[in-house]
Amino acid sequence: MSEVTTSRRAFIGISATAAAATAGFVALAPGVKLMDLAQAHADSKGASSKVRWGMLIDTTKCATGCSDCVSACARENAIEPGSGRPAQSSQWIRKIELKEKKGGHRELSLPMLCQHCANPPCVDVCPTGASFQRADGIVLVDRHICIGCRYCVMACPYQARSFVHEPLHNQNPEVPRGQGCVESCTLCVHRVDKGESPACVESCTHQAMLFGDLNNPQSEIAQRVATVASSQIRADLRLDPGVRYQGI
Amino acid sequence: MLRLAALVLITLALSAAVNAAGVPRPVIDIAKPGQCIDTPEVMRRTHMDLLKHQRDKTMREGERHSKVSLNGCIECHASKQNGSVLGGPDNFCQGCHSYAAVKLDCFECHQPKAGYKAAGGKR
Ligand code: HEC
Ligand code: HEC
Ligand code: HEC
Repeated sequence: MSEVTTSRRAFIGISATAAAATAGFVALAPGVKLMDLAQAHADSKGASSKVRWGMLIDTTKCATGCSDCVSACARENAIEPGSGRPAQSSQWIRKIELKEKKGGHRELSLPMLCQHCANPPCVDVCPTGASFQRADGIVLVDRHICIGCRYCVMACPYQARSFVHEPLHNQNPEVPRGQGCVESCTLCVHRVDKGESPACVESCTHQAMLFGDLNNPQSEIAQRVATVASSQIRADLRLDPGVRYQGI
Repeated sequence: MLRLAALVLITLALSAAVNAAGVPRPVIDIAKPGQCIDTPEVMRRTHMDLLKHQRDKTMREGERHSKVSLNGCIECHASKQNGSVLGGPDNFCQGCHSYAAVKLDCFECHQPKAGYKAAGGKR
């Protein structure tokens, strides 16, 4: 017994040296080298499934008649009215004014946009896999694969998607858009990936829009959702939207 | 006999001149000279595969720190004349592609000009 003095660590050291000497690298799994992992780690700070991006919209603060969020969206994503035909223009966010018919005269106003559902029907119906959900919950159209069939436009209960009918010019390089594809709010994914918030949220002077990670209990949005009454529009459909509304 | 020899010599000289000029090369009149993300030999052969691979990585996984990036190509390769990779035979992507009879749809969506500044949420 006492003859076997080689410790576990020494043994691993020896075998690693042997492996390195024979193969020139430490193999972690067939085809995966220590080098690859180190590199993968360095530049893959992409979408993470630990995060669920969401929005909380306080309709008691959202001002009737104000459309700052809509124009900020249009500026950021270079959405212009298509050749003098506004009906053909894309709409990623729109303002809705509501009025209670019975009782008092309660009026409220809210922005409607892609609700970034956890169970998105637009993704279910897409025949090519172009309509998809990122690991962090953002629902997007991969326009490299979209064939423009518009099933998703029909499937969305929030009417959040548009079809691009005409050739476009002067796109924001970070927001490529073009004819023949369906598109919708990307939650400004190009900004979110840089640690910024969506343009509409940034533009709201009434502090009616809050953006953040619903999965992080420390985040302001998660704490607000945990303490104030908020609702999901058409919660009965059980799509679990990432956009929540307060005061409706 | 002498005449024939002279003729052969002239023909040889002529063909040598054509060979020295070689195949017409694409014009590289770019705003930011220096180094590409890989050697010109590798870039000529593999840029389409690099781009299509990165496209899916960025689109699907949000990976935005790769040296391969279509916007990156455009920032360097836009021409000094019109600030774009498209326009005519002197523009980097279009010049070579029309020579090689390649037709791209990328720029129906992607901005072919360098130096765009997004307006953002603030006015
Ligand atoms: C119908 C519109 C459309 C067309 C056509 C299109 N793209 Fe894209 N492309 C997009 C969108 C949308 C994104 C996502 C942008 C983002 O989230 O940052 C994108 C992103 C990319 C990216 C990652 C961003 C970057 O700058 O590196 C690459 C690479 C890319 N596309 C390559 C291509 C190539 C190559 C072609 C042509 C073969 C092409 N695309 C054609 C819409 C398009
Ligand atoms: C940092 C600036 C820079 C970036 C980014 C860049 N390039 Fe280049 N590229 C150059 C320069 C400079 C040359 C000329 C290099 C030389 O001749 O040694 C070049 C050469 C090339 C060539 C070879 C041209 C020839 O026939 O000689 C191709 C093809 C090319 N680039 C494509 C691309 C593509 C596609 C991208 C994007 C994925 C890209 N480049 C990104 C600067 C850049
Ligand atoms: C030196 C010549 C050359 C230059 C410069 C060049 N390309 Fe290409 N590119 C080609 C050739 C040749 C092909 C076709 C290869 C094939 O079909 O196998 C091609 C194909 C492509 C494809 C794939 C097309 C498809 O339909 O699958 C893309 C995308 C592409 N190039 C992007 C670019 C971009 C962006 C630039 C400018 C930054 C550029 N190329 C500059 C020669 C060039």
